[in-house]
Amino acid sequence: MALSVDIRAGFADFSLAVAQEFPDDGITAVFGPSGCGKSTLLRAIAGFEPGATGRVAFDGEVWMDARHHVPPHRRGVGYVFQDARLFPHLSVRGNLDYAARRAAQDPARYSFDDVVDVLDLAPLFARRAAQLSGGERQRVAIGRTLLARPRLLLMDEPLAALDTRRKGEILPYIARLHGAFGLPILYVTHALEEVTQLCDRIVALSAGRVVAAGGVSAVLERLDLADVQGRFEAGAILRGRITGRDTAMHLSRVDLGGATLDVPEISRPEGSEVRLRVRARDVSLARGRPEGLSIRNRLAATVLAITEERAGAFAEVLLDISGQHLRARVTRAAIRDLGLAAGDPVTALIKSVAFDRQALPRPPRGGSQAG
Amino acid sequence: MILPDPGPLWLTLQLAAVTTLILLLLGTPLAWWLARTRGRLKPLVEAVTALPLVLPPTVLGFYLLIFLSPTAPLGGLWLSATGSPLTFSFSGLVIASCLYSLPFMVQPLQAAFESVGRAPMEAAASLRAAPLDAFFSVAAPMAGRGFLTATVLTFAHTIGEFGVVLMVGGNIPGRTKVVSIQIYEHVETINYAAAHTLSAILLVFSFTVLLAVYTLNRRFPVHVG
Repeated sequence: MALSVDIRAGFADFSLAVAQEFPDDGITAVFGPSGCGKSTLLRAIAGFEPGATGRVAFDGEVWMDARHHVPPHRRGVGYVFQDARLFPHLSVRGNLDYAARRAAQDPARYSFDDVVDVLDLAPLFARRAAQLSGGERQRVAIGRTLLARPRLLLMDEPLAALDTRRKGEILPYIARLHGAFGLPILYVTHALEEVTQLCDRIVALSAGRVVAAGGVSAVLERLDLADVQGRFEAGAILRGRITGRDTAMHLSRVDLGGATLDVPEISRPEGSEVRLRVRARDVSLARGRPEGLSIRNRLAATVLAITEERAGAFAEVLLDISGQHLRARVTRAAIRDLGLAAGDPVTALIKSVAFDRQALPRPPRGGSQAG
Repeated sequence: MILPDPGPLWLTLQLAAVTTLILLLLGTPLAWWLARTRGRLKPLVEAVTALPLVLPPTVLGFYLLIFLSPTAPLGGLWLSATGSPLTFSFSGLVIASCLYSLPFMVQPLQAAFESVGRAPMEAAASLRAAPLDAFFSVAAPMAGRGFLTATVLTFAHTIGEFGVVLMVGGNIPGRTKVVSIQIYEHVETINYAAAHTLSAILLVFSFTVLLAVYTLNRRFPVHVG
């Protein structure tokens, strides 16, 4: 366990108390609704929250406890801010050089040019921050952070200030970071699409407390986290492989390891692995195998568990589809009328349009947008 | 056209330059502290810094005369260290001018530092810049316009100083007789021609300096945000 955190911070309107170990590998999402303390947690790890108390240690080095407070510039933490925070008095090149000049002297795992190539920054060198689009600004900020050669990369909602199209432009760059530079990354976000596309693990926060932590799929399919994910966002992730494409109808076929799905066309080569998030509210259930429907995806499933709201109209059903899990959100009345119980075979119905543009993986750069 | 005695003009420029330099060195950390602190001392220090704006120069000059006089601790210390008194000396004038012009240095700088804010400093820290490094490489350049304004206002304001100089420095040619005192003397002795010349020089100088500042600010806006 590389990063060990046990932090408390009190504010007028909320308090944060997080004790959590973060592995030093891969991308971990720090996920939760606005105001749940995600950013405060990240700022405390970086050393920007003077009011935080407790303990932060990284790689056996204590950054903060009752006696120590290592100042932020000596922690070797790279921080990508939501608002980029490029230096306005320097050009893009100047911003990158600023970080490179102050980088730690330890043996370089990657060069200046590697960073510039991966993030495609060379065409922007001469410009100033004010002359960049939001997405370009964020790319420069990420590059600048990498060039300071941090030991740990903290990303605080780097896409939150961008519109959907710009998000789509920059997501592939972020997805490449971990593989290209091998840094442990903590990624703060309140957007599930980003979690499912980028992250390996998730730490879910609600009102300043950790409510769930673990692998992304395992956490997202838990039925008791509706609060954190938001009632309409709850869902599960299906992993599959693209096996074919119907260019005339603009559909791609995804094999889930037995079952197949039709989704709007994904511009990736056949054989590519994809992760698809399916919201629980987009899944319907049927007994038997209904015909004559416009819904294209009819998957044979087994009911694993049913959680009914105590005082509400809905129920969450956890399903097994060829070894993968799916969630369905249906009315309690439907459960009663169909007589559903754990172990029952059902057909899960998912409209292809439920895979919205945001939830689909996108091509790495340029190219046509996945639809 | 009567050519004015260059002595007072030269002395005035020297006084303004030395005062501006000292205030840049002392006023910058003070302004930085005021811009960043959340402590209870802040309003107190702000009020003291702004006092010279509202006090009559004669009041400031009167207290300075008392504190700088050889019988007061500070004046006595200076006398035993240098062998000459602070009152009615160029050094005494510099101390008086620094206090008198303090708000003109500190207030524009404080405003500039506040508009830079904490965000760029955090970004610099995350790029391994130590606080002093971050100040010189990020905060100071971003506050460039504030430095320009503060420097020019301090310089120009020191040149226009009269009451404090009269109280602390008197009217000693080559040591404490600055332009404003010289003009006053010309008027007292009904030498209006000489007063005209010196006044015109000050008027043109002040106007040119201010015009230059406002033009520079327009042409080279400091990009912030």
